[in-house]
Amino acid sequence: MSVFFASGLVQLALLVGTLVAAVAALVGVFTVLRRQSFAGHALADLGAVGGSAAFLLGIPQLVGFVGAGILAAGVMEVVGIKRVQGRDVATGIVFGLGLGLTALFLYLDTQHAGTSNAAISVLFGSLFAIDAGVVPLVAALSVVVCLIVVVFYRWFLLESLSQDLAAVRHIPVRLTGILFLVALALAVELSALTIGAVLSTALLIAPAAAALRLTRRVGFAILIAIGIGVGSTWLGILISFESYGWLGGAHSWPVSFCIVIVAFAAYLLSGIAVPVRARRSRVAHVL
Amino acid sequence: MTETPVLEVNGVGVALSGRTILHDVTFEIAAGEFVGLIGSNGAGKTTLLRVILGLQPTTAGTVRFGGVRPGRGAGVIGYVPQKVALDPDLPLRARDVVALGLDGQKLGIPLPSARRRALVDELLSSVGASDFADARVGQLSGGQQQRVLIAHALISQPRLLLLDEPLANLDIRSEQEIVELLARVGRERGVAVLLSAHDLNPLLPVMDRIVYLADGRAAAGTTDEIVQSSVLTGLYGRRVDVLRIDGRVLVVAGPNDAHGHDE
Repeated sequence: MSVFFASGLVQLALLVGTLVAAVAALVGVFTVLRRQSFAGHALADLGAVGGSAAFLLGIPQLVGFVGAGILAAGVMEVVGIKRVQGRDVATGIVFGLGLGLTALFLYLDTQHAGTSNAAISVLFGSLFAIDAGVVPLVAALSVVVCLIVVVFYRWFLLESLSQDLAAVRHIPVRLTGILFLVALALAVELSALTIGAVLSTALLIAPAAAALRLTRRVGFAILIAIGIGVGSTWLGILISFESYGWLGGAHSWPVSFCIVIVAFAAYLLSGIAVPVRARRSRVAHVL
Repeated sequence: MTETPVLEVNGVGVALSGRTILHDVTFEIAAGEFVGLIGSNGAGKTTLLRVILGLQPTTAGTVRFGGVRPGRGAGVIGYVPQKVALDPDLPLRARDVVALGLDGQKLGIPLPSARRRALVDELLSSVGASDFADARVGQLSGGQQQRVLIAHALISQPRLLLLDEPLANLDIRSEQEIVELLARVGRERGVAVLLSAHDLNPLLPVMDRIVYLADGRAAAGTTDEIVQSSVLTGLYGRRVDVLRIDGRVLVVAGPNDAHGHDE
């Protein structure tokens, strides 16, 4: 264990992993409320276009992820705004295009930029290979997301209840949608950095979904989700670190897998906790 | 009637992609009045409510609140929309929904406040929702959800309460309870109520006046003035009969109308 915390790689992974997990869980609660997890997944896949192109352009991977993610959020907003019903379709169309471009860029990365591990890094994350120079950007983006959620907290809630109820109170419904897409894009691209574009929605949705089963209050749900997200990340990093040689040979289990499996386990456990809680409240009701 | 009406709708017309939805709709609502907005599906009830709320642009006419144009009258209108999809997993308690009616448009996270909590409790109790104040709103029955949404609309102390088909999808008993509740809170709080419905019968005991919509045109007055064969025949542009049975009213297309009544 002392070896675990003494490792510089681990310390950096824990720092970045904590920030990213907290932000993803926070945004995840609202994503589940607004039923936009599919949009989150699409943003992850489109972010991968930027993440994979980053190697060719010689820019940091996170900058590629975030640039493409924000661009994608903008496109989704413009295409989808024509008809509210069209949002799902618009997301789906852009979705496929993104994966195609990612395939092309990853191919070019290995052919020309000579980065053979680009595919693994973009698709499945690189928490143990993070450049310390990216930490200020991670921190800054985390602050931006938190500010958006804190400032527009009640707008997001009221709008997820009913767009009409929000509009009657002079809340700009379209602006609210855009602000949320930006927060969603940033949260997803930050997770893409740590656990990869393919898995990034796991950190977004699993902790939030588990938390929403456990409480009736949004504020508590956010705190529980952050706890589960950060806890999964720490436990995942520990498992990955300790797993060196478990299966024989000089390999650790992939850290992304370890984080995701812990978050998934938390979701399953929350399902067991719910009937227990319901039973207890029924007893309390009788008494 | 020297007092300024709470709501004045004057010559309002709405056309959507060339189709006339509302034509020359004119009526007034006085303070504390209970008014039914009656018409079949597609008559333009929701559009008219959206015009009053300022969510639907008009092609003609004006809407005024207590002599003031819309937009400045924030807080003047409370609104209960037709469909609020409340997911059973939504982590909002009934009291959270009511509190959002108080300050949902504000920025930042609300801080716990005794005054806010007392106000929410008062509203929950006045709509008979105290028993399920802490339940997830999505797990409540249709009638219970209506009560919570009515409290949400009333907490900002509006002078006018608009409800879009609040009786749809309710069983007969809840329907009656909601109508009685609206009449009571309207009286107690001096709030005028404008409620849309396709059936006027549940409202007959409490309705002060009626606005009858057919094919985008409106007739307003007391129930006795409006619900007559001659008036409704003129409104629909075809023969309509009004049958009265035991204090209930049945509006049916006349027998010589080969096309039948357009529901």
